[in-house]
Amino acid sequence: MKNLFLGCLVVTVMGLAFWAYTENYATKGSLDKIAQLNKDIGLAHSRLRVLNAEWAYLNRPERLLQLVNANFDDLRLLQLTSDHFARLEQIPYPGPDLGPITEPIEVMNRETSP
Amino acid sequence: MIRKPLRPLARIFSARSAGENPDLIEHGNRRERIEMQHERILRKTQRRLIMMGGIFLISFGVIGMRMTALAISEPSEPKARATAAQILASRADIIDRNYRVLATNIETHSLYAHPQQVVDSVMTARQLAEIFPDIDAVKMEARLEGAQKFLWLKGAISPEEKQAVHDIGNPGLLFGPREMRLYPNGQLAGHILGGTTFGEQGVHSAEVLGIAGVESAFDDFLRDPKFNGRPLQLSIDLSVQSALEQVLYGGMRLMNAKGASAVLMQANTGEILAMSSLPDFDPNNRPRALTQGDASDSPLFNRSVQGVYELGSAFKPFTVAQAMELGLIEADTMVDTKGPLKWGRHSIRDYKDYGPELSVEKILVKSSNIGTARISLMIGSELQKAFLGRLGLLKATSIELIEGPTGKPQYPENWSDISTMTISYGHGISTSPVHLAAAYAAMINGGTLVKPTLLKQTAPPIGERIISQKVSMRLRSILRHVVTEGTASFGEVPGYSVAGKTGTADKPNNQGGYHKDKVLATFASFFPSADPKYVLIVTLDEPEDRAGSKPRRKAGWTAVPVAAEVIRRVAPLLGLAPEIEISRQNGLTLAKD
Repeated sequence: MKNLFLGCLVVTVMGLAFWAYTENYATKGSLDKIAQLNKDIGLAHSRLRVLNAEWAYLNRPERLLQLVNANFDDLRLLQLTSDHFARLEQIPYPGPDLGPITEPIEVMNRETSP
Repeated sequence: MIRKPLRPLARIFSARSAGENPDLIEHGNRRERIEMQHERILRKTQRRLIMMGGIFLISFGVIGMRMTALAISEPSEPKARATAAQILASRADIIDRNYRVLATNIETHSLYAHPQQVVDSVMTARQLAEIFPDIDAVKMEARLEGAQKFLWLKGAISPEEKQAVHDIGNPGLLFGPREMRLYPNGQLAGHILGGTTFGEQGVHSAEVLGIAGVESAFDDFLRDPKFNGRPLQLSIDLSVQSALEQVLYGGMRLMNAKGASAVLMQANTGEILAMSSLPDFDPNNRPRALTQGDASDSPLFNRSVQGVYELGSAFKPFTVAQAMELGLIEADTMVDTKGPLKWGRHSIRDYKDYGPELSVEKILVKSSNIGTARISLMIGSELQKAFLGRLGLLKATSIELIEGPTGKPQYPENWSDISTMTISYGHGISTSPVHLAAAYAAMINGGTLVKPTLLKQTAPPIGERIISQKVSMRLRSILRHVVTEGTASFGEVPGYSVAGKTGTADKPNNQGGYHKDKVLATFASFFPSADPKYVLIVTLDEPEDRAGSKPRRKAGWTAVPVAAEVIRRVAPLLGLAPEIEISRQNGLTLAKD
């Protein structure tokens, strides 16, 4: 009886030891994954900052003005003046929705590539 | 264990038969038994002591090992802690009132060298000089062959330059990450943003420090990790600023001025929507400060904030408003304008003779120095000084720029009667355009003081009352007449009912007198005149309209048309719908008529 009890105890201890062993490695694996994710978040942040900076740079008023002048024949954009204000009833109802965007421009697709 | 009997029968019988005392056997056995017992206890105690010693040894051993392990291992952040609130080490962005980026950071690299690891210093120096035109190959070679173990070569380089240096493939050339401040809009709002420089530099990072403008004034806020990269929001509107700078630059060129400045302020909050000073600079590539000559000739000099000038007749409305507030005059009170007005050895003249007397309204419309001087004599020196002090015209503005405190007004120590008279029409007192903008805002917004600010406000501040609502309203209507029938007739912009006051001040020369042919032309305006929302101050330095036979320098010919063009461009951008004059013949008749 006593031996049986001791045997059970030994088996339990071994079982627990195995569980602790696997848990330990699972935790380490999770921590590594978190570290990798944090690194990715950091990289994504810095990429976002670069894209924001680039967006701001491309949309700087000086460049927009140059683009407006360069594309005047197609777009006919004019400076906003006081005669561009209209009364509410002068505004037409919205037209049909724009179609889906079929030709997206790839800006940065590092997420999908390994 | 088999106990040994105390009186074993065999020995007792044999002892008896031998005639010996059998008790001795018992005694002997008893003694033996006690000795054995002692020995057992001793052994047990010894075992316990050894065990305890062992336990202590193991525990101390474990503690010692742990301490050794901690002492010799590399420190590292605990990985398992929740990292939701990440600390951002980079400098915060600066954005405009519509959340458009004015300043941000990009990651670049710095270039440094370990000369002892550089393989072929002659070749390397030549290759570096090819990539960076500002590097001199001969000097670089000398540096690479010197005794130093570490050399900074370049502060911040572009990705292309980095790749080019990388392609040299020299183990002695190394890169460190660098955060660089980027102003994506280039020159735009350069004076407001200021610029940055590198502070303490290490291989892995460098401190970015603000050196001018809001970058320096809010340096602590922008660098503090506590705010977790929260951007600094300014009151500036990027598109309005751009339009203002564009028109002002064109106006400055057209009027042959050597400098210009403009301040556009919201009348009831004191928020500066756009502010410019020309010539300006690109904060991405800040020019060096002048080491000789006049600091105000440098593009770094912010005329709107640092430049204190005698702004001339633009000061007259303050005199009139104070006299009206004190109940000394009304808009139609007649004032003596016979000239010249002699006071001691000084005499005050008008631009031309306006007759023996003028109404207060006409004094402003025609800009009569004599009339204004006479009104100021009614007020008196002390009250005038106190009034200008309350308007904030006698101390530096609280604008959030590091250059703010340097724009300290200049006025005579001894505020005599003659000073009172000249100051009443803006001579003898020097203030910055921002001072003038804030004072005009207080005059026309209903009479409450505003503080000029570059930060976006959420609610209009409740400022100290300077003049009553009634006086503020009268002043607005008089200043509207300055545009419709007075000196600022070029200031009319259809739909926006501009009002304001011109000022043309002769520039002081080095000999203590005034230049004959150099003026500072100012137009202090606000719009729409009935319910003013914005104050605009335009100042041109040494303008000259050479279109006519004689050069014209009066503000009405120079600063006013520029300001009108600014308003024409900027007002629609501000979302201000033009006032449409209601026609009487609109085909509708009210029922009660």
